[in-house]
Amino acid sequence: METDTHIRADARAEAGPRSLGCSLRHFACEQNLLSRPDGSASFLQGDTSVLAGVYGPAEVKVSKEIFNKATLEVLLRPKIGLPGVAEKSRERLIRNTCEAVVLGALHPRTSITVVLQVVSDAGSLLACCLNAACMALVDAGVPMRALFCGVTCALDSDGNLVLDPTLKQEKEARAVLTFALDSVEQKLLMSTTKGLYSNAELQQCLAAAQAASQHVFRFYRESLQRRYSKS
Amino acid sequence: MAEAAAVGAESLSSGQARAARAVLGQLVLPGEELLLPEHEDAEGPGGAGERPLRLSPAPRSRVRVVCGPGLRRCGERLLVTKCGRLRHKEPGGGGGGVYWVDSQQKRYVPVKGDHVIGIVTAKSGDTFKVDVGGSEPASLSYLAFEGATKRNRPNVQVGDLIYGQFVVANKDMEPEMVCIDSCGRANGMGVIGQDGLLFKVTLGLIRKLLAPDCEIIQEVGKLYPLEIVFGMNGRIWVKAKTIQQTLILANIFEACEHMTTEQRRQIFSRLAES
Repeated sequence: METDTHIRADARAEAGPRSLGCSLRHFACEQNLLSRPDGSASFLQGDTSVLAGVYGPAEVKVSKEIFNKATLEVLLRPKIGLPGVAEKSRERLIRNTCEAVVLGALHPRTSITVVLQVVSDAGSLLACCLNAACMALVDAGVPMRALFCGVTCALDSDGNLVLDPTLKQEKEARAVLTFALDSVEQKLLMSTTKGLYSNAELQQCLAAAQAASQHVFRFYRESLQRRYSKS
Repeated sequence: MAEAAAVGAESLSSGQARAARAVLGQLVLPGEELLLPEHEDAEGPGGAGERPLRLSPAPRSRVRVVCGPGLRRCGERLLVTKCGRLRHKEPGGGGGGVYWVDSQQKRYVPVKGDHVIGIVTAKSGDTFKVDVGGSEPASLSYLAFEGATKRNRPNVQVGDLIYGQFVVANKDMEPEMVCIDSCGRANGMGVIGQDGLLFKVTLGLIRKLLAPDCEIIQEVGKLYPLEIVFGMNGRIWVKAKTIQQTLILANIFEACEHMTTEQRRQIFSRLAES
């Protein structure tokens, strides 16, 4: 069930001549590896690994019930210890992204819960969480308007663009930008940034992320194809 | 022509819609748009540019197409909302038939007319609450059993297994089950007897097992004499002569999902010998 692809990106052409490190790390994804949740996936990007489980459409607490759509909840568990402020903020970003693509109106008064467990963090954690969440939602059969993926870009002090940075590259970077993009028109669903960058650099990063998202979606298709080839 | 081009382009993200006929039996992903046969020429890639200008648009043939699970209507196209294989059923008389996506889902969503296995979780007044694996428990009236009257209540206890049918199932209301058909006959439905084993499988496997010409059922039937109930909600109840046989059968069904036809035949022949 495990699928690997090695992606050495050609995002360079779109991203301009200055960027040299525009390649995505090694991707791997395994689906339906947990028995209890309705859908599950583990997603690896280089050494970053996230395990996701989806429950839903399931029963909802009366206090959280929404009468015309499903209640979407995202829980992010760090590798060690209890979730803190950083996790809460990420949870919110992921939840907003999921809400944009999940067709919650088809299952009113139910809950869809996404639980994400960080297995190892080696950079681009949020992007990996987004990818794991998407694959788990697909596995659970939650109705969605489109697929989504997360792409992280880092700008170093010389203005070089690095896609899917490692932890070290993230630390040395002047700015780190994470985008969530949908699969239909590569439209921006969510963006979160840290550090200083110019308007032109933002556009450059977005263009690079959009180019990289094509590779991620192709990887999604390959890995799902392999899963469905079994039956 | 237009069809072939669309498939070649592998239009996951380019925004081009593929023709539904061309991807039958293939994997479709959420967000993909599919063209119905009658619109392929008009809206296919490249078709729009080459089409000569018409003064009055040609009358569109209105064909009735049913969107099954995993598909939604999006203008004149079909929008895929679930991952799985695209299936199509030819209509009996005219029309475009039914399209749906066959996915490997585990969570059940109640559908009117489905036969399911439920567990009675509570008795409240004149209804039972039955857990069917959906987002909320279904209600089952005590009058919805064969031969039940106000005075003659059926003997149903909390924890009993019920095989019934949905008469009300929509997203906005509590689902409602009955254990009688429209003639008031039990027709196999009602409380499932003592003993036996209940286990869960994916919804895709249940659909496969309930297909009219399913090999697995025929092969299992040759193995041991057994009683078996399939619920569309992914639950199977099985009972054979001994506990050992029951467990073997349960393990076979659970394993069936990940086996090829060859592997399955080997296992069956090995079991038949022992």
